[in-house]
Amino acid sequence: MTATVKYDEVEVGQELPAVDYPVRRRDLVMYAGASGDFNPIHWNERFAKAVGLPDVIAHGMYTMAQGGRYVTDWAGDPAAVLDYGVRFSSMVVVPDDDQGATVTVSGVVEEKLTDQRVVVALTARSGDAQVLSKARAVVRLA
Amino acid sequence: MALNRDFVGRTYQAGAPYEVSRVKIKEFAAAIGDPNPIYRDRDAARAAGHPDVVAPPTFPIVFSLQSGGEALTDPDLGLNLAMVVHGEQRFEYTRPVYAGDELVTTATITDIRTAGRNELLTVRSDVTTVAGEPVCSTYNTIIERGGAA
Repeated sequence: MTATVKYDEVEVGQELPAVDYPVRRRDLVMYAGASGDFNPIHWNERFAKAVGLPDVIAHGMYTMAQGGRYVTDWAGDPAAVLDYGVRFSSMVVVPDDDQGATVTVSGVVEEKLTDQRVVVALTARSGDAQVLSKARAVVRLA
Repeated sequence: MALNRDFVGRTYQAGAPYEVSRVKIKEFAAAIGDPNPIYRDRDAARAAGHPDVVAPPTFPIVFSLQSGGEALTDPDLGLNLAMVVHGEQRFEYTRPVYAGDELVTTATITDIRTAGRNELLTVRSDVTTVAGEPVCSTYNTIIERGGAA
């Protein structure tokens, strides 16, 4: 139950390398099933367009989960994440092709707290859009 | 249509505890594309010092809205679900969620407000074990597009 990144070796302002995560229609269908969120805007193009959206959009929670994966992979332990919050600032539009969309997540160590904890500020982009804002995770390091 | 502000402060309790299973965690991890063995393999989780398979940080979304969900479909609230998108989400952990946990969620509508043409509604869900041990709190803000227009 320990992170692999050491608190003492992390500095404020340290940048974490960006990672690309694919978002295809198939991923959204799987996410709908696993999460129980069957809102048709996430899988039905006809419905999405009828309610004024450009196309099917990803579940915000799918994008948030990619940010979570980014942080847990960096920290080396899922249980090290003590707090994780985001604002969904833009939609991730997922076209009906084999490529889908890409969400690129990067991070920076924003603050060092007491008890081996750090605040990681995340950036998530899809195309030109910033899809998460105010994205912060509090992580307990080794 | 503006949302009914009388709903602010209302609290909803899930009918039955949610049983966290290894199979569900594995399914959720697969759906978010995360191959981490700690989400799948009890031995890997134990080797890493956990009592059982660990749930990913966003996993409580699976069950934490079930109790608040009944409020959102209450016709008196006036929410048009077809226009709803997710605005904000936060998970605050006292301890991780593990396979085998039996969890009880109490959801409270903490805020309803107008932002431009949209209506925003925030639900806080407090998650404990059936024995009352705190596990996490989740904060969910939904946006009803055009709800205030």
